[in-house]
Amino acid sequence: MEYSKRKLKEEKVFKDPVHSYIHVRDLVIWDLIGTKEFQRLRRIRQLGTTYLTFHGAEHSRFNHSLGVYEIVRRIADDVFAGRPEWNVEDRLLSLCAALLHDVGHGPFSHSFEKVFHLDHEEFTKEIILGETEVNAVLSRVDKGFPKQVAEVIGKTHENKLVVSLISSQIDADRMDYLQRDAYFTGVSYGHFDMERILRVMRPREDQVVFKQSGMHAVEDYIMSRYQMYWQVYFHPVTRSAEVLLSKILHRAKELGRQNYAFTYEPLHFYSIFKEEFTLEDYLKLDEAVMLYYFQVWQEEKDPILRDLCHRFVNRNLFKYVEFDPAKEYRKHSELEALFKKAGIDPEYYLVFDSSSDLPYDFYRPGEEEERLPIYLLMKTEELRELSRESDIVDAISGKRRTDHKLYFPADLLNDESSKRNIKRQIRAILEI
Amino acid sequence: MLKEHAKLMGAFAACGEITGRKKLQKMIYIAKKISFPFQEKFEFHFYGPYSEELTLRVEELCNMGFIDEIREKKGGYYQYRYTLTEEGEAFLKHAEVDMPQLKETVTKMNSQSARFLELVSTVLYFDSLAREEVAEKIFTLKRKQRYTEEEINEAYAYIEQLKKQIN
Repeated sequence: MEYSKRKLKEEKVFKDPVHSYIHVRDLVIWDLIGTKEFQRLRRIRQLGTTYLTFHGAEHSRFNHSLGVYEIVRRIADDVFAGRPEWNVEDRLLSLCAALLHDVGHGPFSHSFEKVFHLDHEEFTKEIILGETEVNAVLSRVDKGFPKQVAEVIGKTHENKLVVSLISSQIDADRMDYLQRDAYFTGVSYGHFDMERILRVMRPREDQVVFKQSGMHAVEDYIMSRYQMYWQVYFHPVTRSAEVLLSKILHRAKELGRQNYAFTYEPLHFYSIFKEEFTLEDYLKLDEAVMLYYFQVWQEEKDPILRDLCHRFVNRNLFKYVEFDPAKEYRKHSELEALFKKAGIDPEYYLVFDSSSDLPYDFYRPGEEEERLPIYLLMKTEELRELSRESDIVDAISGKRRTDHKLYFPADLLNDESSKRNIKRQIRAILEI
Repeated sequence: MLKEHAKLMGAFAACGEITGRKKLQKMIYIAKKISFPFQEKFEFHFYGPYSEELTLRVEELCNMGFIDEIREKKGGYYQYRYTLTEEGEAFLKHAEVDMPQLKETVTKMNSQSARFLELVSTVLYFDSLAREEVAEKIFTLKRKQRYTEEEINEAYAYIEQLKKQIN
């Protein structure tokens, strides 16, 4: 029997707190889960530094990837089964793309990618197309199959319906992470009626659409996204941890550039500092490795790296004040000068952070075809964009609230054993 | 502070006015691809390369009062027009953005239609592929826009012109 059609003798199940069970019957999926590249996702947290704010948020990208797979499996096997617009031949492609959509994520990937100018989507592609265990499994299906999976994940596959299951404004990826992140952070937002959404999904040529009768469930999903953004993803304390993490990486990179003699050699980082690394180098890095370095760098000679790592490991985070850049941008220059006078390097200790630094997406009605919106399927078979039918969605998809903060080490500024007057001036400007 | 915002403001200042969110997205993507140092991350979407980061930064600039967004009804849909405000101009002077050839490039792009810029940005998105493969991608992924071979050739020629202009 063809590999693509082979089933396990008995269905395997993974117990899951969000979906109760994750069901695996296809041998290809079982083999992919067993690859070392997929297992690596166990060592990468789904929410990066959020665990420093919500202590339960220790869940990994492994959990999430299985969850996305399970949602797509249910859509393919239950919701779309037998519908003329759904081609059953696309089932395995959809499942593999769902399972592997995050396989290229690195450790603490948001900051990591920004500092080292990387893109996890490029690594996802390399893992699927390069000499990896994942590629070996996919190639057994068909020589051209890895390319197909990579194109679905990269959103450049011609089958837009399959792409939209994994990447659209209401897709399996978002449906899983909202519920999973809500569960593990313990917040009461983020919950919505996924069962209802699945029941009203209908396949169309270019995307999934939703029966109008299910509009309220879709509204609820949009509201969950909105609330999770402000309550969890953009939580100011999480942002503070992220700021610190980013500064550690910047400092380590800068020291690497200066050929600084590290007491604890960052063997895993050398090629990354130079931005000349292979997929193999990248895959060796996970959060366990990163946290090891943060631990030992607490004993480095460089005072900045040592201090930043000590803060991160022991959760002595930067404090923050609200900052209106439009009115206060001159104040920022003044603060930079005062920080320098106080002997506190503003490059690492005075950080401006904006909501655009964390682009989790809100719902966009795509009024000018920037993005494809969510469509409701009316009884007349006409498609109507969601915000035109829903007052609630219309209200939150107009002008967005934005947020800016200034982060700094309050303990250093409060320490009056040196540069007392300058520090007082800084505190007066910051109003702390 | 606000270095990336300031670069975008540089584009608004150079153009005087940019009409259309789709057009803005494609202009910044094209400028980035031909080597201007914009840092926004783009992904491929239904209508070509799109950056959520860019959308959020433009919203922030509007909220700060540095750019003005006017929503206009055009036929069955809305269109957005962007201009730099006086406060924005003052900030831009303070920020000292140094992209000397940006003005020529974005002005040239601003005179093109959003449809054409969508094609140009899509060609650039697939620049690692051979030309025939790019054309095939455009005919399959963008079949509803019905781009012709001739338009694809124009897009390639246009990219060369833009690159020459900055060299």
